[in-house]
Amino acid sequence: MGVEGIGARVARKEDKRFITGGGRYVDDMVVPGMKHAAFVRSPHAHADIKKIDVKAAKKMPGVIDVLVGKELKTDGIGNLICGWMVHSKDGSPMNMGAWSPLAVDRVRYVGDAVAIVVAETKGQARDAAEAVEVTYKEKKAVTDTVSALKKGAPQLHPEAPGNLIYDWEIGEAEATDKAIAAAHHVTTLQIVNNRLVPNAMEPRAALGHYDKAEDHYTCWTTSQNPHVARLVMSAFYNVAPENKLRVIAPDVGGGFGSKIFIYPEEIVCLWASKRTGVPVKWVADRTESFLTDAHGRDHVTEVKLAFDADNKMTAMKVDTIANFGAYMSLFSSSVPTYLYATLLSGQYNIPAIHCNVRAVYTNTAPVDAYRGAGRPEATYVVERVVETAARELGMSPAELRRRNFITEFPHQTPVIMNYDAGDYAASLDAAMKAADYAGFEKRREQAKKAGKLRGIGMSCYIEACGIAPSAAVGSLGAGVGLWESAEVRVNGVGTIEVLTGSHSHGQGHETTFSQLVADRFGVPLDSVSIVHGDTDKVQMGMGTYGSRSGAVGMSAIVKALDKVEAKAKKIAAHLMEADEGDIVIENGELKVAGTDKTVPWFQMALAAYTAHNLPEGMEPGLKEGAFYDPANFTFPAGCYICEVEVDPETGRTEIVQFVAADDFGNIINPMIVEGQVHGGIAQGVGQALLEGCHYDDNGQLITASYMDYCMPRADDLPSFQVSTSNTPCPSNPLGIKGCGEAGAIGSPPAVINAITDAIGNNDLTMPATAQKVWSILNAAKH
Amino acid sequence: MSEVSMSVNGREVSATVEGRTLLVHFLREHLGLTGTHVGCDTSQCGACVVHVDGKAVKSCSMLAAQAAGSQITTIEGLADGNDLHPVQAAFKEHHGLQCGFCTPGMIMAATDMIERHGPGNLDEATVRAELEGNICRCTGYHNIVKAILAASKTMAKGKGKAKKAA
Repeated sequence: MGVEGIGARVARKEDKRFITGGGRYVDDMVVPGMKHAAFVRSPHAHADIKKIDVKAAKKMPGVIDVLVGKELKTDGIGNLICGWMVHSKDGSPMNMGAWSPLAVDRVRYVGDAVAIVVAETKGQARDAAEAVEVTYKEKKAVTDTVSALKKGAPQLHPEAPGNLIYDWEIGEAEATDKAIAAAHHVTTLQIVNNRLVPNAMEPRAALGHYDKAEDHYTCWTTSQNPHVARLVMSAFYNVAPENKLRVIAPDVGGGFGSKIFIYPEEIVCLWASKRTGVPVKWVADRTESFLTDAHGRDHVTEVKLAFDADNKMTAMKVDTIANFGAYMSLFSSSVPTYLYATLLSGQYNIPAIHCNVRAVYTNTAPVDAYRGAGRPEATYVVERVVETAARELGMSPAELRRRNFITEFPHQTPVIMNYDAGDYAASLDAAMKAADYAGFEKRREQAKKAGKLRGIGMSCYIEACGIAPSAAVGSLGAGVGLWESAEVRVNGVGTIEVLTGSHSHGQGHETTFSQLVADRFGVPLDSVSIVHGDTDKVQMGMGTYGSRSGAVGMSAIVKALDKVEAKAKKIAAHLMEADEGDIVIENGELKVAGTDKTVPWFQMALAAYTAHNLPEGMEPGLKEGAFYDPANFTFPAGCYICEVEVDPETGRTEIVQFVAADDFGNIINPMIVEGQVHGGIAQGVGQALLEGCHYDDNGQLITASYMDYCMPRADDLPSFQVSTSNTPCPSNPLGIKGCGEAGAIGSPPAVINAITDAIGNNDLTMPATAQKVWSILNAAKH
Repeated sequence: MSEVSMSVNGREVSATVEGRTLLVHFLREHLGLTGTHVGCDTSQCGACVVHVDGKAVKSCSMLAAQAAGSQITTIEGLADGNDLHPVQAAFKEHHGLQCGFCTPGMIMAATDMIERHGPGNLDEATVRAELEGNICRCTGYHNIVKAILAASKTMAKGKGKAKKAA
């Protein structure tokens, strides 16, 4: 490792623009002639549209046009789709209801888009949106996950009788039931995984520009994967063929999954730009984001975990209902199935597992991947039931876990995944040491003297990243391949541009990807530029989610660098009249090993482009591309320990200590990795303590602003103690596992295990608000 | 419509704006100073914090007309030419930002915080309490708190005092 290479704690290259106000987000973009859009949205959770009267709105000051769903259909714009086919256990395909970008005859959740107003200013567009008269005939709504399946529940889509999208299973039901029947002890737990709103700080935005002369569209959008946006808008929504559509995702202010999906607004802005002849920009306000960004989680689960007389796990049975909201978002179907149930083995050797998942429609915002996507839900199930079992069995939670750890690799679980490497005891030991686990009882006693209830809880999570081997996910129903692409251009002066299909929206790719190149060729970090987020510049890419940029995106760069290195060595060997096998690259020079012959990197690059003296038959230039398709998922894992103090007078929980010990495989930049863990933990603690998305029975979202939805703030959180003990990932060239989601995956059960330990009552749902905890403590008194 | 004039980052500006124009929209849309961001509708997130006459203000909670005659400093005006303000430098050094969207507001709030308490006089609990009006979704605040404490110490050593609106 050099000072700027792999493993170095390098300050970020991208920071300069962000700390000086020079970031360029979609809302900062201005195109000549640009006008502003506002959407007319349903105030009802469920209603038939009887009439849309736009006459008054069209006469409002500054209004250019008001467009509705019928016109969109006339122009052939397609419905939104879910791109991952999941089959029910009876073999039938999932029941996908129609989702029109602008509702035509029925609205199904509060916020469903009905019309778009384009006007000279944002204020005028909003004023005119208020003047669009929509006549609705209200219908009964269902918002609750379990109620959606009940007999007589309001029905959302004719395609999905009983609101059931699929009834899916994984694992061996018979073997699992048999093992549970024969068990020495069975722990049963009912679990609710609370609905969350992702809340990237930059609201979603889209700017659509149709160029009539070229018959070409450009879309600036807040996307984690602009190429997928282009592909889907072209192939399914008939916006424009790919060669006529450029998608640009410039600086994007956080994603956390919510900006993976293609939403109605970018489709409608592009279409409206053609209809009106002006570039159309829409920027969500925060309440619009709450109403229409894809939400996360929202599972209701029963789990049974069986043990033999030695407290070894023998079987796990899980039954989950997952709320998908009013429409199936782009990857929604995969979240509670292949990203959830396949991780239910956790870090444990469990011979038999069976999981059944029913996905349901409700009159709420669509639900899809949110940081961790399925894996936090799985971890919460596993780590809550294991902790509960330890209490029931009268065993130390740490020792019960340790006794059941998987210790030999590769390990085939009963639920698809093949774990390739890990050392779970190492993470557990590291976390227990950092948390002074042994000294906890003393601290509990001290707290008691001060009138506080102190508790400790742990969580040993595993997750699957590096998404994913294309053939494998294809066989499971994915509509896309999940490889990544890269191109490395060495310029004539030796500077290097890396074009990547990964997209950075906070992850620091401009720094870490540059470190990779600097490490390989010994060139200064500043001579490397990372290009991403523009379909006209980067050939193709699958984008950033599922902690895949390192394991998959950087692996593609490595493959391209291999090709560049091979050609560079050939050129250098030719220039120095040496054998290419003797050429080594060090400190920005190509050397003949064991001699003092060298060619500086830039001189080799110049030779490639002047082409005056190249090996016979060699093409001029130095530019190589590569696609990397991963061989396996990667399996980051770790142990989190949370220590809390609950004030019995108020029910308020204070996190007094939070320790994270992770195994991320090899690390490119520890500073950035730590930052990812900090942020993930904050979101997990937010889920556990503060955040709860709540609809009332009529389907009104009553947590639709920062006044009502409790975001974690600086004074809700402690500083975190984070460390890593790493086992390299054997399946990719850099040995990387991924670190983007771990914090959000591992932390919620650690927090709830700690609070339930503190209050001596296991019957606690997230978020564990002061009111909820106080009520439990005081109910116990009476 | 009303005519407003003010000094922004040391430059006199004036424009005719709708009466309902907020200061943040005036800065972003009329002056093209897009470093100041809008992250919510309810003055909760703090992405729009600027300095008005030397004090941190959420520019979404103020009409442009109310700022008439004031001296405004935005994130674009905080550095001294190419020399970063110590708070900006500390955010970079301590990885106090990820996506960068909340960052301008964080930096403007932090600068004001350090000045109000006096450089070197901050502790972690105070910084966390003072940051109540600024939401970050990326960093978990860990490195933001670290950066502000470091900047506070640097400024106490006299290495660059917060630039007041000129």
